[in-house]
Parts: sequence; structure tokens; C-alpha cells
Amino acid sequence: MPGWTSHEGRMVALPIENIDTDQLIPARFMSTPRSQGYGRFLLHDMARDADGSLRPDFALAAVPDASILIARRNFGCGSSREAAVYALVDSGFRAVIAPSFGDIFASNAVNNGLLPAKVSEAEAEALMKEVDHSACIDLERLEIVTGDLRIKFDLDPVWRTKLMNGWDDIDLTRDRADQIAEFRDRRKAGAAWAWV
Amino acid sequence: MPRPTTLLDKLWSAHEILRRDDGSSLLWVDRHLVHEGSHHGFAKIAARGLAVAEPSLTIAVVDHYAPTHDRDHIENAQIAGMIDTLERNAKAHDIRIFGLNSPYQGIVHVLGPEQGLTLPGLLINCGDSHTSTHGAFGALAFGIGATEVAHVLATQTIWQKRPKSMRITVDGRLAPGVGAKDIALNWIAKLGTDGARGHAVEYAGQAIRDLSMEGRMTLCNLSIEGGARLGMVAPDQVTFDYVRGRPFAPAGAAWDAALGDWAQLVTDNDAAFDRETSFDASEIEPIVTWGTSPEQALPIGAVLPDPARLGESQADMARAALEYMGLSAGRPLIGIPVDQVFIGSCTNARIEDLRAAAAVMKGRRAQVPGMVSPGSTPIRVQAEAEGLDQIFRDAGLDWVASGCSMCVGMNGDLVAPGKRCASTTNRNFRGRQGPGSRTHLMSPVMVAAAAVTGKLTDARPLLAGRI
Ligand code: SF4
Repeated sequence: MPGWTSHEGRMVALPIENIDTDQLIPARFMSTPRSQGYGRFLLHDMARDADGSLRPDFALAAVPDASILIARRNFGCGSSREAAVYALVDSGFRAVIAPSFGDIFASNAVNNGLLPAKVSEAEAEALMKEVDHSACIDLERLEIVTGDLRIKFDLDPVWRTKLMNGWDDIDLTRDRADQIAEFRDRRKAGAAWAWV
Repeated sequence: MPRPTTLLDKLWSAHEILRRDDGSSLLWVDRHLVHEGSHHGFAKIAARGLAVAEPSLTIAVVDHYAPTHDRDHIENAQIAGMIDTLERNAKAHDIRIFGLNSPYQGIVHVLGPEQGLTLPGLLINCGDSHTSTHGAFGALAFGIGATEVAHVLATQTIWQKRPKSMRITVDGRLAPGVGAKDIALNWIAKLGTDGARGHAVEYAGQAIRDLSMEGRMTLCNLSIEGGARLGMVAPDQVTFDYVRGRPFAPAGAAWDAALGDWAQLVTDNDAAFDRETSFDASEIEPIVTWGTSPEQALPIGAVLPDPARLGESQADMARAALEYMGLSAGRPLIGIPVDQVFIGSCTNARIEDLRAAAAVMKGRRAQVPGMVSPGSTPIRVQAEAEGLDQIFRDAGLDWVASGCSMCVGMNGDLVAPGKRCASTTNRNFRGRQGPGSRTHLMSPVMVAAAAVTGKLTDARPLLAGRI
């Protein structure tokens, strides 16, 4: 996964609290292999009528090429399904801006190059009023700039490094194989009961 | 004297292989539970040609897609394919699997404890948010996403930043007919679904000590609905009595060694938490959700809130929730008619839950259809030996095989659009039980009460003389 330091794109607003992972992608689509693309499942039951056609009043329909989503508090709460992130990424999103995120969702997002940017409630509301414009997100300065607005966002430093470098954890961890093996032996000696 | 430490501190340091300068720790994983939904994780390691690092510490369970009827002929090719993929992955990587026809099959968070795979002092991961359930044993147990599942498969480790610590103390005694589900929904209603975000919650206090392991599992299970990273209860005699003698629990000298280690798993007096909050158990009433988020919950005697009297952003959500649920502001919860009931899921389908629901149902008829899916096949067998299945059947409910079933509907057990279901599950999200489904979360006795009256009702009078 390639890293990134800045991104410019169109914004779109989803002014709803507690957008949970079941809404981001209903469970019935989760058996699909990733190679088939998850974009069409994004917010499926909110976006589409029973016959599958896109509702014209669906918030995201207004800006089909948007790559920055602005939402209200507790975005991505609920299940650990990484498919919720796949649906966003495969729809072209690079960042979600909200006052807070579900913990597992946020770490899943970072693992797929999607930025979960935390701003205050007032800032999220202010950004939602600017959705006709594009915005520039700078990971180095932790800043979102659009029109006259310049907003700082919160991001765990570990996650920032990961997003910027496009790090793959498995490779990083495998570099520590000796330390892991040593720990394993120590734990097996000290707590044999913990083995199956 | 060493600094007093919390249970979280102790569990964390027992698993920390190393800590990077940026504060993230590499942790050793003692148990990695996988299910059909873990297919993305397996695909990721396959794409890189990696093997499973510790097959004996990896356990596969068929639950999310498990049919609850007619297991020998799965007609839906997609469902059959999901189960088959897990079985193939388990075989390819030499992983122990509790398959569809195993006599021990069940929901992963029910099966782990039941088989003695879940123990105090372990670090347990699973690609499922309700992994927090296993914290009931004094384990560090949390859900992870597919990229992390692949990482654990390949390395048996996980990178994590230590969550902040939070203690929820519940002192006093619960009234009859009030249980762990109500403790959980009560705190989530008060603190919000993000109330414990970023925190590891330790539950303490007399009312927690008084809970059975079943109750503690229900409570820890629901921690995630309050935004917590994980939930925990320090192990005690109740825990040890539950674990002893289970198939994979340590025995003989290993048991004695384990007990010695487990006895240390307590928060020291004077240890500091980042946050503390407390509740009085005697004030907790049976709680029911009315909206589309677990925080939209009220005591059964309450009336539905008026969005006009809430803050702006909450008001929007309440209005939308009432509309979705087909309810109007100011209406009492009691008396809302339901179309069906569901007793099941990793939250409330253990034997104690089934006994409690059966206590309400005994000798009564359900006014609406419903389904009872025990949390595991052994629980099903035990319930049948106790005659509980007959009580549910006599009442007119369907007694079916175990799995996630109508908690998430992946196996095809769905609530139809617009239908209202009283459910012992954990999420009342829009569409969780099926597109357009309307879910009210509540305890097993409350679901049973809804079944026999056909509407939301206070279970306590129906329990009089029965518990
Ligand atoms: S019963 Fe529901 S919450 Fe529990 S593991 Fe299954 S789908 Fe998840």
C-alpha cells in the first residue's frame, strides 16, 4: 500500500451521528471476495431502493467523485468488519473527518491508507458547510484547508507515520522474529498452562 | 514498594514483547479465534505465501453462517461456500476446527469459554468486536480487523497502543428480574456508545462479584457497544470453578501452576485508573432500547423521548431513529406491540439465559412467533436434558440449532422489513437483523415477557413466584 502525505479532493457531508459498520456495509455483502470491489456496497441500504437503484436524495450522490467524507460523532462504531473500510476505499475515499471514530474502525482505516481525521464538533459542522469546495489535507501539518478555513486535526502519531510510509506491519514484525521467538520461549517456560 | 498496578497493567506487561519509541507495543497472542468471516485474513497471508505461525494456538469455529435448520442440505451456495472456505483454510494450515457438525460447535465467544480455551491471564484476539466477551475471565480480549487477523496468523503477535484504563464499579444488589444485560445497557445509555472510547474497562464492585460467569460474559460482551476497547472482570473463585475440568483447561500440576498465576490477576488497592465511574445496582431496572443505537435505551417504565427536547445533533438522531422504528415521541415503552422474538447470540444464549427465559415462558403461550437458538450445541443438549426446549416449544417458539443466526442474519435468519423484534442480541443498528428490521434489545426474561404478551412489557410481575 503506497503512503501519502497530502491529498486534495472533493468533500461530501453525511451529517449523521453513530454511522455504524452495519450501515457502512450490510452483513449480507461480506462474503464477497475483495477482488470484486466493495464500492457498490457503501451505505447500501441508505443509498439504494429495494430494486438496487441509487436514491437521488442520498447524501453522497451529490458529489460522486468525492474523496473526503465529513460526518458526525462516533463514525464507524460497531463491528470489526474491515469491509466497512473497503467499501469507503473502493468508492474512492481517502479520508473521513469526524469528531470521533469507533476504535477498531479507525485502526482498520489506517491499515488501508484511509485517514480517520478527528476534529471538534464545531469544526466538523463548519466543514460540512463548505462541501461545494475541494479541500487539501496535509498529514505533515495535520491540517485541512478549504477556502478560508484552516483546521487542525488529531491523529495518533503512530498512525500518521503508518499512513505516510504505507507501512506493512507484517514486514516490520517479521524483522523482530528473534525477539518474538525469545519471548515465546520465555512464556512457554513461565506459563505452560497457556498453551493448547 | 512497587507502584500499585491495575489488572490491565499486569496483563499488558505479561504479553509485551517490545515497545517502540512511538508507544506502540508488540503483544504476544495466546489464542487466535477465527471464523468464516476471517476469509479476508487468510486470503491476505495466502497472497504473500505465508504460513500460520502457531497453528495450535489458532482455533477455527463455524458460527456466523451456520444454518440453524437443515444443516445437511445447505441450499444457499454462498453460505455453503463460506463454511467450506473456513474448513479448507483450517485444513491447509493444520488448525483445529469446530465445524458445523462438531458436537461442540457454537458461537465463537460461547465455545471458547465452554471448551476451556478461554482462560484467565490470556491475550485473546478474534476478527470480531465481541471478543471482549472473554475478558470476563480476566483475559485481555479484543476484536481486530482483517489486516490484523492476517498479522496474527502470520506472526502470533499484534501491535497495539495501550488503551486508557477505566473502572466501572457497580455496588449493591440487583433486584430480582434484573441482570447483567441491564447493567450494561444502563451504563451505555448513561455514557453513550462512545462513552468508553479508547478505554479498557474493568468492572468491579459487589454486584459484579455476585454475577455468574454467564452474567460476566454478557457484561463484557456489551462493553464494545459502549465504545470500550475491551471489558474485564478480575478472576475469582467463581471463575476458577467455571474453568476447572473443561476440555482444554489445564489439569494436574498445570492447573496448580495456573491457579497460582491467576491469583495475581487483580487490581491492587490504590492503583489509579484514568477514569472511574460507579452505579448503584439496586437502582437499575430492566432496560429496553427504543432506537437504532444501543445508547438509545430506557428503563421499561419510561416514555419515548421527545427529540425537540434534546440537543441539536442528538435530536436529529432521535428523530431519525423514531421514524425508522415506527414510533412516536412521548409513547410509553410498555405496550409497544412486537411481531416476533429472538433468543440467541453471544450476548445472551448461555444456559443461564435460557433458564431465565424459560422461567417466564413455562406454561404460557407466545402471542407472536419467535426463535430460540442456543449459544452452542452443548448448551442445546443441556437445555434439552433440562426440558427447557419443551417449554419453548410448548409456548410455540422454534427451537433451532446454534450459531449467530438472527443476531446478524448472515445465515439467512432474518427479520423482515418493517417487522419489530424483541431480541436478546447486542446491536439494534438499522438493518442489523435484516434490511428494514426494527430491533429492541433487552434481557432474556424481557424477551420472554414480550413473547407471552405480544408487546414490550415488564418481566418482573411475570416472574413472581418463579425465581
Ligand atoms: S452472535 Fe452476533 S455479535 Fe456474537 S459473534 Fe455472532 S454475529 Fe457477532
